[in-house]
Amino acid sequence: MSGTCAQGDPARSTADRSPSPPDRPAPVLPADAPAPVPPPGRPVPDEQQRTRFLLEVGARLSASLNLHRCARTAVELVVPFLADAALIVLPPGAAGRSAWLRAADDRSRPQEGVITAAEASTVPGLAEALTGFPPAPSRWLDPAQAPGWLLPEGYGPAGHLLVTPLPGNGVAAGALVLARRIGTPSFEEETEALVRVFAARVGAAISAALLYQEQSSVNQVLTTGLLPPPLPELDGVELAGSLRASQKATRIGGDFYDVYLPGPARNGPAGDDPADQDGAAALVALGDVCGKGAQAAVLAGQIRHSLRALMLVERRPERLAELLNRFLLGFPPPRSFATMVLAELRPAAGRLRVGLTAAGHPPPLILRRDGTVEESTARGTLLGVFNEVTAASVAVDLAPGELCLLYSDGITEAFGGPTGEEMYGEHRLRADLSTCVGMPARAVAERLEQLSTEWLADHGGIHDDRALLVIQARTR
Amino acid sequence: MNPISETVIDHYLKLAGLADEYGAIDLALDLLDRGVPAEDVLLDLVAPAQARVGELWAADEWSVAREHAATAVSDRVVAAVAAHARPRPTRERIIVACADGEYHALPARLLTEVLRLRGWQVDFLGASVPDAHLITYLHQTDPEAVAISCTLPTRLPRAHATLTACRSVGVPVLAGGRGFGPGGHRARLLGADAWASSARLAADRLDRGLPPFPPQPAALEHLADGEYTYLAGRRGDLVARVTRTLSAAYPPMASYDARQMETTAEDLAHYADFLAAALYVDDGALFTDFVTWTAGVLRARGVPDGAVPAALDVFAGELRDFPRARRFLAAAAAALTGPS
Repeated sequence: MSGTCAQGDPARSTADRSPSPPDRPAPVLPADAPAPVPPPGRPVPDEQQRTRFLLEVGARLSASLNLHRCARTAVELVVPFLADAALIVLPPGAAGRSAWLRAADDRSRPQEGVITAAEASTVPGLAEALTGFPPAPSRWLDPAQAPGWLLPEGYGPAGHLLVTPLPGNGVAAGALVLARRIGTPSFEEETEALVRVFAARVGAAISAALLYQEQSSVNQVLTTGLLPPPLPELDGVELAGSLRASQKATRIGGDFYDVYLPGPARNGPAGDDPADQDGAAALVALGDVCGKGAQAAVLAGQIRHSLRALMLVERRPERLAELLNRFLLGFPPPRSFATMVLAELRPAAGRLRVGLTAAGHPPPLILRRDGTVEESTARGTLLGVFNEVTAASVAVDLAPGELCLLYSDGITEAFGGPTGEEMYGEHRLRADLSTCVGMPARAVAERLEQLSTEWLADHGGIHDDRALLVIQARTR
Repeated sequence: MNPISETVIDHYLKLAGLADEYGAIDLALDLLDRGVPAEDVLLDLVAPAQARVGELWAADEWSVAREHAATAVSDRVVAAVAAHARPRPTRERIIVACADGEYHALPARLLTEVLRLRGWQVDFLGASVPDAHLITYLHQTDPEAVAISCTLPTRLPRAHATLTACRSVGVPVLAGGRGFGPGGHRARLLGADAWASSARLAADRLDRGLPPFPPQPAALEHLADGEYTYLAGRRGDLVARVTRTLSAAYPPMASYDARQMETTAEDLAHYADFLAAALYVDDGALFTDFVTWTAGVLRARGVPDGAVPAALDVFAGELRDFPRARRFLAAAAAALTGPS
């Protein structure tokens, strides 16, 4: 354990810093010990300064749940108050490599890097600290043994180095390395005690951030498939969607839309012909699962993916509605139900034919070139309630620039308006849609979303999910 | 000589107004090919043209549809210029977002691309970003700074909440957009770490860096009188009462049909929102600016001059016990009758 000696530290000898067993209680200054005399150049912080320091540490570290920011905040806080340079090595990631952040007293922004497990093991005590178990006390490090990456470039050899594990409350939280220059006083007992308190705060913040980061990245993976997909570029058709979930932090909800291109291998790439040789057309679905939040979002995701699988064997919208109904009825109670509208897109000779099939869903609206708004006659039963459903397809022809609007009832049932007591309603949606002649699909979707948001503006916090999808015949 | 002359801007505006997406993109890409820096194309062509679009709508020369179509074209042009330049991020991450309820996304989009051109890694969260989403995003990404755009002063109270939330997690905020007032004094009041009047100045300011964990600004003492809280909380009620009283006090309203009545109620709701925002930032000029702008818009559409003063009068009558609101209403009324 030669690493715990303190060469280059004339103030102390190896004898008074022998390696300690992990269970050694924290050294406490004897009550009658003489007050420490501040060494020249770096006065020992007084009670008030220590309190102020810890208050700031508490406030700043509790502010963020981001691992990187916690580590950066920690090294910035401790320099120059307790050390000339500070390094935090985070617990190793998947490949055994550890990220580090380092601040120095030259006021530049913290530097960052990554070390391998082998590099970490060259610093005595660091590898142990990084595993987080067994709990180890802070220890002095022989500056002569410090590898080059430990200290900032141009810093010169350190006079004193202190390695402190960050206690992570069940998870490894990394380690803190503090450095003081040659010729400056060493880390006296009181400072070490303060460093331990500081390390405890930092460890708590980092372990919380680690857990949050882990959960949020899992959450992100799980919810990515529940967010609206990017809309493909199709020949002859312009698509634009808008989806505002009532769940604002994750933006997932029971409203959904999706686009299915003909042929499983052809999903995704841009510039697809919406209809393939054997007449299969691209299909657009917009739906609304009863309920809000994660539960509704999960079922909406299941419907979207079921539809994708079903379409490998069945492309007739009426049959798809029947199959989805049986799919939903197959869930154990309490069952949820859904409404949906399907739109088959068939561009031909500069026009766009849209085959609409509704299942208990508000009928789509059609905006003609002269500003007339028509309501589609597509009607059908909602899904997941009755053993038998009826759904009939209706074809609508769109001239270039004309469009078909699919929407969920969250739009028309938005509650608010100037007096705060009215529903937006289908008549307002129709009136607002009629002002959109000449706008490209995206502008229409944005404008309608905006008008509906303004209608809701600040009237209570809870509203329904709102979905809009514009299908426009391309003008060129 | 600046290759982006007034003539070029006019030409661009014409293309955008005709929703000629490809024409407008070609014009922009041609400038790039002639060596004009992408930042200049964005800020000296698209930005001023887009400012003109707003003016043309206010003057009733362009319809809402045309305004939106032109904006959509500009959005595509920005995307095309960005795709052409394809900058590689070499610097830290910055998040650009529109305040909750703010739908004028183009200025923020322009800033996004300018920052990318300057090497930042930028995440653009789009129009109307709810606080909860933005804060979650901050925890996940740890950006260097957040840039918040607010062009509508009525969104300032929400923007203030957003700004405070960002700062409390230690991320400094740069505020931008006309909503923060000429000179950005409302940005300072609401505790923004920096303010910029244009995308170029915003990028310059971010180049100089913003310190994390800025000191918290003073509380908004003027909110203690409860006037904002009342107006924001009873907005619907107030608008309903004002609409009723006004229809008795302002003769032309007697012949309004249901649709006109509703439009009037929506207009009056805007008065209430702007008045509330003015109370929030304790800035009567915010309300006066709105009222004079509205009067101009209505004049361009042939609405008699008496409508706006009549509305202000009714609001003052309904807000008898609110001295600050009444002061703002009186100042706005005076600005209408004063020399213009």
